[in-house]
Amino acid sequence: MYNKKECVAMLLAGGQGSRLYALTKKVAKPAVPYGGKYRIIDFPLSNCVNSGIDTVGVLTQYQPLVLNDYIGNGQAWNLDRIHGGVHILPPYQTASGAQWYEGTANAIYQNLSFIERYDPEYVIILSGDHIYKMDYSDMLSFHKEKGAECTIAVIDVPIHEASRFGIMFAHEDGSVYDFVEKPKEPKSTLASMGIYIFSYKTLKKYLTENEQDETATKDFGKNIIPALLENGEKVFAYRFSGYWKDVGTIDSLWDANMELLAANVDLDLYDTSWRIYSNNDTAAPHIIGKNAKIQSSMVTNGCYIDGEVESSVISGGVTIEEGALVQYSVLFPGTVVKKGAVVEYAIVGENSVIGENAHVGAAPETIEDKDAWGVAVVGQDITVSDGAKVAPKQIISESI
Amino acid sequence: MSYNMTNVLGILFANAHEESVPELSAKRTMASIPFGGRFRLVDFLLSGMSNSGMSKVGIITRSNYQSLLDHIGSARPWDLARTDGGLMLFAPYGRDGEAGLFRGKLEALYSCIGYIKKTGCEYAVLSDCDLVINPDFSHLVETHISSGADITAVCHTDDYTVEQTAKSSCFKVGESGRIEAVSINRAMAGRRTMDLNIYVMKVSLLVSLVEDLVSLGKFSLSRDVMQGKVGELDIRAYEFSGFFRRICDLESYYDANMALLDHDNLAMLVKSQRPVYTKDRADAPAKYGFDCVVKNSLIANGCVIEGVVENSILFRGVKVGKGTVVRNAILMQDTVVGRNTSVANVITDKNVTIGDGLTISSAESCPLYIAKGRTL
Repeated sequence: MYNKKECVAMLLAGGQGSRLYALTKKVAKPAVPYGGKYRIIDFPLSNCVNSGIDTVGVLTQYQPLVLNDYIGNGQAWNLDRIHGGVHILPPYQTASGAQWYEGTANAIYQNLSFIERYDPEYVIILSGDHIYKMDYSDMLSFHKEKGAECTIAVIDVPIHEASRFGIMFAHEDGSVYDFVEKPKEPKSTLASMGIYIFSYKTLKKYLTENEQDETATKDFGKNIIPALLENGEKVFAYRFSGYWKDVGTIDSLWDANMELLAANVDLDLYDTSWRIYSNNDTAAPHIIGKNAKIQSSMVTNGCYIDGEVESSVISGGVTIEEGALVQYSVLFPGTVVKKGAVVEYAIVGENSVIGENAHVGAAPETIEDKDAWGVAVVGQDITVSDGAKVAPKQIISESI
Repeated sequence: MSYNMTNVLGILFANAHEESVPELSAKRTMASIPFGGRFRLVDFLLSGMSNSGMSKVGIITRSNYQSLLDHIGSARPWDLARTDGGLMLFAPYGRDGEAGLFRGKLEALYSCIGYIKKTGCEYAVLSDCDLVINPDFSHLVETHISSGADITAVCHTDDYTVEQTAKSSCFKVGESGRIEAVSINRAMAGRRTMDLNIYVMKVSLLVSLVEDLVSLGKFSLSRDVMQGKVGELDIRAYEFSGFFRRICDLESYYDANMALLDHDNLAMLVKSQRPVYTKDRADAPAKYGFDCVVKNSLIANGCVIEGVVENSILFRGVKVGKGTVVRNAILMQDTVVGRNTSVANVITDKNVTIGDGLTISSAESCPLYIAKGRTL
């Protein structure tokens, strides 16, 4: 017997995040480190628990090992509950055969039995791709107030970026009358954040119908939302105005980390009224050594810093030796930067080693051809040997 | 063949020696004194026991145990929230007309003798909480078993000062490793083998010693067992050689913290295979400002540093404002230092607030202590 829940969250965490290249070779995108001690999935999970949603299904498919291990029993997010809590939902085999998740809508459809155990009135669909703090309970109140069948969280984006998003067209009262997925010439700047609240009965009806359509791609943006609009269902746009960042590309992931270092950050990780929780913090505090120089940076527990660090985000258990220089970079957990090495404008994956006097990345002002410049990336578990060079914009997924 | 450590009961004395650090233990137990940027002293012994495979640990407290209860919670951070066993906390109790407070460790053990018997454990490891140490208890227990000793006592041989020996027991150890004599609180400088107050023995022996001696009105483990039974029982010394520090006054507390600025010491204390666990607080990483200068310091998550910090230990959530200089200081959790202030040779307890434009310092050999919650 399960306790009834008003709202159940379903978190889509099966994506590969192919535009993060070497950084998602061994982990799913939601497990990518961010901000020194977090992984991307910490944000939707913490938002859930801070919003009073205590039942979360996490749908995994691509490289789930790190994610499964990281989420564990959910204790780090206070999601180890007697009723509800966090549940990992991988694809499974049934009497009629085995099926991978074939799209966002299909992934939820395959787990309707999980949702039904809690007999919810509402389901909130989330993704593990974004960095933001949001009170989902406000969005749920809006959904109820409007008597909506589906509410989609939207954010104003600059018109030149609008073609990257699903774009909404809404009346004054928030009711949506049109939706275009990644328009070439956008006529609205209301971008879908990929956060949906559905009244459960409607969700079930549309997912089931979508399954019977063999031509459908089984995707919320491509099938479910257009079908709702076509049938004249009440679809509303819920405007969100805080910090929200898609970290699905190397550049946006690097940007989002750098934005944490600004004097007046838009995303306040030090605000104790809306904490972002994370797992596996058993290390000692970090040591800043006698030879170190450090400015405008974030450093996590377990590090030993004896080199120079400027404008960088340093994750847990990182070693930066004397004479090394790290600037405008993001170092993932457990990386080692040896003596005399330079890491600049780069992202270095977990447990990778940058050898003595190696050079990773370059400052944009030192490159004449501006198109040749970009953030350098060293993947996970990689050794860049002594004196080796990784050019700007280069992505290394094998040791050199 | 390694011994099944789930058959070993851990017993920690939370309050032992707290009179030697009256400042830090005014409102807490020895066990819950903050240490090393994010830990409390009990974390070291508790983590050591957990990492060694022990699954039953009792903590005996005498007074001031509110902070300890808060810290331990369900004992999950130490992996000691177990269906069977796990962590047990013993607060003192008394009945009408009967004082509940024990006078020494034997009486303390007598107060929970039922628990000790009921655990079904074969061996017991007893320890105080005044040590910063990461011992491998399974090696200790295996050494004890293979030696055939009645009791094995962990000790360390070194050159000690009068102050150090005045507050501890020392052993005279024979060639076989057997302890031949025990001196208690004899202030003598020089090379000594100091008792670290970690003992291992069979539970059956512990129970009979406690019951017999308490019935005779005796209560001191060091005086009535270690010293009193040294001829009668086979008590062996186990020399501990890794990094450790003992907190016996405010100066030694200060020095032990500062010892962690040596990366080798910290690496020996907090090993990747034997981490030291503590209650987590979900702080963001430490943030270093635009023109800060930080050298030779241990910095915990949640700190925001905009000034100068040198040779210091900053606990979680400490804030250091612009133009401020912090030197040779230990700033405990959520200490806030304003702008253009100078702080040197100071220990601030939790939640201390130091305003703008102040100068607070003390002589190098004698750190100034600022009590919990004070505003300057």
